[in-house]
Amino acid sequence: MSSKAAALRLHVASALAARVASPFEYRDRPVVETVPAGIGPVDFLTGGFPRGSLTEIYGPPCSGRTSLLISALASRTAASEVCALVDARDAFDPTSAEAAGVKLKHLLWVRCRNVDQALRSTDLLIQGGGFGLIALDFGDTPAQAVRYVPLQVWFRFRRAVESTPTILVVLEQESNAKTCASLVLQLHMQQARWSRTSGMAEEILSHHSPGYLLEGSKSHAEMIRSRTKREGDRQIQQEVFMHDGGNGAEFETEAMEIYSRALSGTRRLGGGPGQR
Amino acid sequence: MLQAVVRAEPALRERAIALIDGNPPLCSVVAINEKAAQTGIEFGMTKMNAAQFAGLEMRSRSRPQEKIAHAVLLDIGWSVSPRIEDTAQDTIVLDLSGLTHLFGAEKDIGAHLAQRSCECGLLPNVAIASNVDTTLIAARGFQGITVIPPGRESQCLGDLPVSVLSPSVETAETLSRWGVRTCSVFANLPVLQLSERLGQEGVRLHALARGATSRSLAIAEPGHLFEEEMELDDPVEELDPLSFLLGRLLDQLCARLAARSLAAASLRVRFELQPSFENALDRRKEMFRQIHPPGVYEKELQLPVPARDSKMLLKLLRLRLQSNPPAAPIRKITIGAESARPRATQGGLFLPSFPDPEKLELTIARIANVVGEGNIGSPALVDTWRPGEFQMRRFLAPLEAAGAGHSRGGVAHPGRPHKSFKASTSFRIFRPPVPATLELHAGRPTRVVFQGLRGQVLAASGPWRTSGDWWREDPWQQDEWDLEIHFHSSSGGRDAAAALRPDCGLYRFYYDSLRASWFVRGIYD
Repeated sequence: MSSKAAALRLHVASALAARVASPFEYRDRPVVETVPAGIGPVDFLTGGFPRGSLTEIYGPPCSGRTSLLISALASRTAASEVCALVDARDAFDPTSAEAAGVKLKHLLWVRCRNVDQALRSTDLLIQGGGFGLIALDFGDTPAQAVRYVPLQVWFRFRRAVESTPTILVVLEQESNAKTCASLVLQLHMQQARWSRTSGMAEEILSHHSPGYLLEGSKSHAEMIRSRTKREGDRQIQQEVFMHDGGNGAEFETEAMEIYSRALSGTRRLGGGPGQR
Repeated sequence: MLQAVVRAEPALRERAIALIDGNPPLCSVVAINEKAAQTGIEFGMTKMNAAQFAGLEMRSRSRPQEKIAHAVLLDIGWSVSPRIEDTAQDTIVLDLSGLTHLFGAEKDIGAHLAQRSCECGLLPNVAIASNVDTTLIAARGFQGITVIPPGRESQCLGDLPVSVLSPSVETAETLSRWGVRTCSVFANLPVLQLSERLGQEGVRLHALARGATSRSLAIAEPGHLFEEEMELDDPVEELDPLSFLLGRLLDQLCARLAARSLAAASLRVRFELQPSFENALDRRKEMFRQIHPPGVYEKELQLPVPARDSKMLLKLLRLRLQSNPPAAPIRKITIGAESARPRATQGGLFLPSFPDPEKLELTIARIANVVGEGNIGSPALVDTWRPGEFQMRRFLAPLEAAGAGHSRGGVAHPGRPHKSFKASTSFRIFRPPVPATLELHAGRPTRVVFQGLRGQVLAASGPWRTSGDWWREDPWQQDEWDLEIHFHSSSGGRDAAAALRPDCGLYRFYYDSLRASWFVRGIYD
């Protein structure tokens, strides 16, 4: 019986020899190196951003997408890696990025005017190689325009970064890369956080009262797809589609602006003009 | 003279060439090669006469090219020995003492020099002897590589004509009358009688013919500026033929740099342009043209790291020329390189990978062609309170990995507890700011309208007043507000984007007091 199975096995192996080198040998998928995005709950949820893969972050404006991206850039530049940001609508704010910890000297910023320029620039950067993280920011680009990007472009990007240590992050309003993305995160804003300055009686405060300051916002991240095989996983993860129910994480962001305002001595107008 | 012209046009090497010099119509032949001599061309022949010989290539003498060829000769010399005498435009003398340990026997040094010269486009005669003057005479008298062993100078120089000793006209006539044709005959004449008849010059020439002189070298200082030049008979208009010429010049430049073990820290390109016919007729511009020559195009290429890869430099130059081409056909090309020591780096297994500086420069140049030169770089904050102010700087990849140890430690482990960390809220800027309409109640915003969206203000923080630069032409005075806005479901509801728009958003508005208008600066995201 065993000799018959062996003969059959040999027959199948010889028939498939031209296409598959060793059809009966299991080839384990290599463990993908991941790096932290810099936000604890998101890193806990995803295991970090995978290198040599395409990571997609999408969500509506104010959902915390940019905060997550900037945090990842800060994390990578802090590790002395060189990063690139392809800004499809020229929306990057260097001031808040530096406040978030991004080393601007390690960041190559490409200011584009349209989708085509952004895609061509990204292509050239990936081909150039050596970047720790390349971010393609379609955050303000109309979703319809990004929807027209052919699927083969995402495939090409995925293939180009596959054998490199580069993390390719795409920021959008809706998911477009489909199966080309190894990690897909959807973000929503839950609530804005407002604080009040000290010395104000609580009863006289309203949302429009002068005592309020924007403290930050609370966002919810949901992992839609992850193809990263983590260290220690015993079973083979082909592709995991995760939906609600324990696959989300909440994180808070702080508006550094109010502190910088307080430090810089900007005066809130009580009636008379102020100047800093 | 001939070598300088042939270096610029290597195709002429196999042909009969005559160099013409002088003011028209009195141009005459000043240099010929062996093939031209075989066809019957002679020195001093007029241009008209020389033009009648079939198959003869005539070129005008180019003093700038001769100067460059001389610089090349010096570079070749410095590639072997630091002690060089700049004897003449076409002659240098090297001190080879102690170099046999490095390059091998003297003949090998000669072969090395000849090979280096060939790489740089020159075919010099190389002579090696124990004293300076014998070396000079041998180099002028013998073709190829000549090595004269010590003590055999007189025998080796014996067959050469006395003209190689460069006697004065009177002395040369006297020697001719005496029937003295070769150095050996001259060297056998008695010195005392020679001094009585020819004076001190006779004694000096006699010592030269015997190879018995002795003097030390006048050492030349090495230069650090490398330049190549090419004058074009027909002006070049298109980028492709120009690239071909630039490639040739860059090859020569890089060969010179390589000979000196140096690299280019920056490249400077200068094109002399063909003046247009209209400009030539426009007399009003004549005076201006005399002060500022209009037909000059200059471009400087600062390299991130010293490089001498001619192909890479050509690609960079091409990309720059594509983005900013010259306005008229080019008639003269000059490329200069400022030299520096080549980069030497030690890689590490555990260091984060960096883009290769040379490759990165090419990538940046390519992207700059797509997005525009000012739209790529590294952002840098400016010391000002003006909102949204920054400047773009040239992006240079860090060459050293400071604190690179964090890179490997950065691997995320999902099973381990994470350090509690709050990210900062990032801001997205609208460039240019979006005009908005705000309704105020008791001085505070209550409703907003912008980009076709209507919303009610849920919470507001402000105003934060900033002003400055009142002494400049573009002062600013703004009151900023952070607003949480709830958008009405009816606003812009028909378009597809409405489905993606959130119900609430955090925006920064500002009131421009100078323009008396409201704008949206950006969004917290």
